[in-house]
Amino acid sequence: MRELLLCPPDYYGIEYEINPWMSRARGAEAALAQKQWKELHATLLKLDCKIHLVAPQPNLPDMVFTANAGLTVGRRFIPSNFRHKERAGEAPHFARWMKEHGYEISWLPDDLYFEGEGDALFNGDTLFCGYKFRSDIQSHRAVAEMLGCLVISVELVDPRFYHLDTCFCPLPDGGAVWFPAAFDEYGQRAIREHVPELIDVLPEEAMHFSCNAVVIERDIVLPEGAPKLVAALVDRGYRCHELPMSEFIKAGGACKCLTMFMPQRQEP
Amino acid sequence: MFSETIELRGHIIDSLILPKVLDQILTHGANFKIAEIKIGKKRADQSFARIEVSAETSEALDELVLRLRQHGAEVAKPADAQLAKAPVDGVFPSDFYVTTNQQTFVRFEGKEIEVRPAMMDSAIAVDRKKRTARAVKFFDVSKGDEIVVGHDGIRVVPVQRSTSGTDLFQFINTIIDADEPKSAIIRELGHELQRARVTNAKIAIVAGPAIVRTGAGQHLVRLIESRYVDRLFAGNAFAVYDVERALFGTSLGVNPDLAFARGGHENHLRAANTIREAGGIAAAVRKKILNHGIMHACVRHKVDIVLTGTIRDEGPIPGVTTDALEAQKVMREKLAYVTHVLLLAALQHSLAVASMLAPTVKTVCVDIDPSAVERAVEHQPLQSIGLVTDVEPFLRELAECIAESEAKPGDRKKQ
Repeated sequence: MRELLLCPPDYYGIEYEINPWMSRARGAEAALAQKQWKELHATLLKLDCKIHLVAPQPNLPDMVFTANAGLTVGRRFIPSNFRHKERAGEAPHFARWMKEHGYEISWLPDDLYFEGEGDALFNGDTLFCGYKFRSDIQSHRAVAEMLGCLVISVELVDPRFYHLDTCFCPLPDGGAVWFPAAFDEYGQRAIREHVPELIDVLPEEAMHFSCNAVVIERDIVLPEGAPKLVAALVDRGYRCHELPMSEFIKAGGACKCLTMFMPQRQEP
Repeated sequence: MFSETIELRGHIIDSLILPKVLDQILTHGANFKIAEIKIGKKRADQSFARIEVSAETSEALDELVLRLRQHGAEVAKPADAQLAKAPVDGVFPSDFYVTTNQQTFVRFEGKEIEVRPAMMDSAIAVDRKKRTARAVKFFDVSKGDEIVVGHDGIRVVPVQRSTSGTDLFQFINTIIDADEPKSAIIRELGHELQRARVTNAKIAIVAGPAIVRTGAGQHLVRLIESRYVDRLFAGNAFAVYDVERALFGTSLGVNPDLAFARGGHENHLRAANTIREAGGIAAAVRKKILNHGIMHACVRHKVDIVLTGTIRDEGPIPGVTTDALEAQKVMREKLAYVTHVLLLAALQHSLAVASMLAPTVKTVCVDIDPSAVERAVEHQPLQSIGLVTDVEPFLRELAECIAESEAKPGDRKKQ
């Protein structure tokens, strides 16, 4: 059974703009956001996940995106160092919660930006890490030293896909779903060399945050709006659960951003 | 050329960060040299690379390094140069750094300062307040001056070979032996000097007595009259030979216009005496005592004459610097902005001048003795041509080539 950390969207809203998706003028509809989040929660429960909830905090609207809390491997939790001051306040709440639940906290040096599972995803025993918009490549090295695993650092080049989990989603069979144009040429080559089977997401489907999916064994929970990707996944024997995520996409997040694995991987 | 050492760590091979960084250096018009690389042996092992990045300007380098930092490059922090005080006047601290004639930088308080001027076989004195570094000779150093010791914090940038397709020095940095053809090279040299003229380059001639004795003086006079000579470096003897030739038609008693005529040293001494009596070469020209010859042409065309003495000199004539240290100082000063030097049949003088030249100075050495050419060319291995030949045919051909081109200035363009 996979354990997940979620945070109810009680204080969620577009209160600042730190990525191209966010628009305070447009805002997010609170009631609809609640409904969409509850649907995600229910779907994950139905998939036999154990869900932990961290208490939302006022003035920290993005705390709902728990993927950016940090990276959990075994009983070790590496908290994020958020690049934007708007989100920096989330870190101590997540760290405290994880500590209270028995995780060993491994802080990165303060001057290295790292945004947790949002930019760090295991594919097998290789950790893929995105850099430039939010995480620094220097933090990848520190994480590699902490975990003793191979880290493939890939540069993200499209500001709309500012976290790795917005354009790359590893699958349990060793393959991955990805949106190639979000990476620079070297990142694309590195991914192709290390991931045997890649499913390319079309630009129009990538815009629906289709890569931002939660994978629980053969079940994939992803935002609706990517029929071609769903067909490709079904073809490979996956069951797809498409959810409306409109209110969270307005902040540049979807299913995966709203979820953190505890742990993402047992051992590095 | 400005450079910085960067370091990359991590899974830089699997992530293709190393090739990305190297490609970025090249696409930004800079260059790199991998100083050290350690590749992880096991899957999870991290790799390491130390890379020297060099760019044309310090701004371009800063901008590039800033970009590379995004990909994890860290600027290596090299050590500052170590300084020690000169114990007494004229003595360097032991283990002082000995310079080459290449462009040299000293790292002081974390920043690189260029040593100016570049001068070989010197020490480097650093002025803390002015944040400057200069090459100093023994006589230049005073007690308490801070001198660079050891090799830390020193960076030497060898002169890059010219890549300009029109540059004579691009292909030739060797010696043309006595039995090899020289006309084409002399013609090219003529064109190079013409180009140099246009770009306000400074041309210096180091002249040996053989120029006068072989009767090549008239050709040198043509070069001076066409304004192809800015400075003339010579010894007392050269000047006196030239004056003797101008006054009596002989040089060391020999009349170059007569096949086997012989004479004594008498005319040589009389020539020296005439100039001493006149109060110097310029005065002799002014008083119309000296009416032709090389020295006369130099005075008429305002060529800077730098005359230095030797132990064997007769006279010396006024204007010759006989103090050896003073002569070194004057020569260095006069060589500071020189861009082209012709070392003509003057072995000792040529070696002295060559040792004072910056590596960027283009040098041509002409001497009948192959070993003399070899020794002079050694100082400027990338920017020099040596021709083993009698100086007379060399100067004759060069003067003719320049005269022809000057007469038909449009011809070069049409080619």
